[in-house]
Amino acid sequence: MNPTPEQKQWMYRHMLVSRLFEETIEKIYLEGKTPVFNMANGPIPGEMHLSNGQEPCAVGVCAHLNKEDVVTATHRPHHQAIAKGVDLKRMAAEIFGKETGLSGGRGGHMHLFDADVNFSCSGIVGQGLGPAVGAALSRKMQNKAGVAVSFFGEGAANQGAFHESLNLAAVWKLPVIFVIEDNAWGISVAKETATAVDRNAVRAAAYDMPGVYVPGNDPDAIFVAAGEAISRARAGEGPSLLDIETYRLAGHFMGDAEAYRPEGEKEDLLRKDPILVYEKALLASGDLSESDNSDLKEHAKREVDEAIQFARESQFASPASALDHVFA
Amino acid sequence: MPTKDRKLTVARAMAEAISQEMRLDERVFVMGEDVGPLGGVFGNTRGLFEEFGAERVRDTPISETAFMGAAVGAAADGMRPIVELMFVDFFGVCFDAIYNLMAKNTYFSGGNVNVPAVIMTSTGGGYSDGGQHSQCLYGTFAHLPGMKVVVPSNAFDAKGMMTAAIRDDSPVIYMFHKGLQGMGWLGTEAGATVNVPEEEYTVNIGKAATVSEGEDVTIVSLGMGVHHSLRAAALLYEQGVSADVIDLRTLVPLDRDHIFNSVKKTGRLVVVDEDYQSYGVSGEIIASVVERDISILRAPPQRVAYPDIPIPFAHHMEQWALPNAEKIVRACLRATSN
Repeated sequence: MNPTPEQKQWMYRHMLVSRLFEETIEKIYLEGKTPVFNMANGPIPGEMHLSNGQEPCAVGVCAHLNKEDVVTATHRPHHQAIAKGVDLKRMAAEIFGKETGLSGGRGGHMHLFDADVNFSCSGIVGQGLGPAVGAALSRKMQNKAGVAVSFFGEGAANQGAFHESLNLAAVWKLPVIFVIEDNAWGISVAKETATAVDRNAVRAAAYDMPGVYVPGNDPDAIFVAAGEAISRARAGEGPSLLDIETYRLAGHFMGDAEAYRPEGEKEDLLRKDPILVYEKALLASGDLSESDNSDLKEHAKREVDEAIQFARESQFASPASALDHVFA
Repeated sequence: MPTKDRKLTVARAMAEAISQEMRLDERVFVMGEDVGPLGGVFGNTRGLFEEFGAERVRDTPISETAFMGAAVGAAADGMRPIVELMFVDFFGVCFDAIYNLMAKNTYFSGGNVNVPAVIMTSTGGGYSDGGQHSQCLYGTFAHLPGMKVVVPSNAFDAKGMMTAAIRDDSPVIYMFHKGLQGMGWLGTEAGATVNVPEEEYTVNIGKAATVSEGEDVTIVSLGMGVHHSLRAAALLYEQGVSADVIDLRTLVPLDRDHIFNSVKKTGRLVVVDEDYQSYGVSGEIIASVVERDISILRAPPQRVAYPDIPIPFAHHMEQWALPNAEKIVRACLRATSN
């Protein structure tokens, strides 16, 4: 089913927040890291994986999800977290390593856990698939509402975890949706040099589940495909695989020189920036008025500014509190 | 029949604990390879499929990565999975889900997401099953933070620790030695089959036990090694040496006080471990004494552990490498000779 104007605005709004959040994080990340780039320096140390360009995948899927639905995400999790409704202030504070963060600074940007909206992510490729299968199993066994969505990149489709998890979900007919965000690159290795099939959607056939390829990095098309997969899961008809074409507008992580990209690719991708494309389309179709648009942008800016301010002003936990929470 | 006369094998004690907890708590379920109608390759899920059915006693595909990962997701979502990793040697195909997710999610979430899962896995050799079906790997699991690790040596502890493990909100690695299981085809240490109460009870995780009291030397061991140590203590007694034998029962959290207090009394320490010698349990036990107060030792600590070699197939080679009572006696005599 096509998205309603309200759903389109919901998707657009969450993409705006995600993009603005990451643009802000990007600037802050570089504080203390110039002129010499040292990952350990600045208010946000460590690796930083930005998801700009991939926002349509997150919003097109999460537009169908409720709080009780489970999402397992990746090392590149911000767009998915924002679309799933993770508290932006506590998420920002976690990225800064502050006491007020989702985990008090023990996780960082690759380990965001928000139990209130059933969101988690993790740092290693292919890790979230098994847990999503388990969450779906839990819902089925407890006869509780909710589906599980595992987001991962096209690189993860070459992991054993992908094949084992799809098989297990199909054997047990579980309400899981496996979502590939195919950004064409596994760090510096191009998909075509690493993957035996042109499109990972065909791999669904091996596990007797629907596999749908969604080209164009288009929120509406993703919304439609995700809607069908999620309805199927909610109806007890088992798992599905979505294979979404998307683009990574930044490097694998901040500091990545991206020398592996063919000449002109980056410029081409930036011209196809999915948020700009979607904005234009919504304005043209009348689903978004100019004044709604500026309201949404202003609202996004306020939300991000407040989250960042909260993170900046929060305190660090005492170093020795690192000893807490090893066990339940 | 009075309870004191009800002897159970470790396998039956494990199955009884699981079935009692499954009756009490609908969230408890079992999954793994051959845990269903077969009742577990090592007998520890026998009877569960018949009582609880395929929904709660789930045979899985041979996909450890997927079902260990699924245990993490199900536990985080409110279930209490008990997962069997048939041989601990198989951990290599699914360790990511165990040590990076199951063990760390509580921490990474700042305590907001718990993973109350039990992994039960078989350890140990001695029956010529080759070097990928005979390892113990106690130290490997105990080394990595976030998992409790228990190693029962007899049926009483096996039942009580299984019950405690299922009720624990942290992940627990439950390591049972194949030679203690009471499976006819494996050969069983008779001392492991002991009286077991019918009612539910727990044996606290984190508490060691003194299983034989003595004054001259402390023997610390776990699992199968406890039985070798008890035999060694009897042989030593004939030679006028009395040994305190400690069954660790839990590796994480380790009952360091119990070990220390015994060594304080005896002044001598021998550690018996079927796991590889270097960088493992035996070194940690010794360190936990000497770093606290080296002056209590009257002799250098001794180790009877598995040599740092892959486990050989041939019977005579494997038996040569394994700990046994004679080796423990010699180690104790070395310790008590000065």
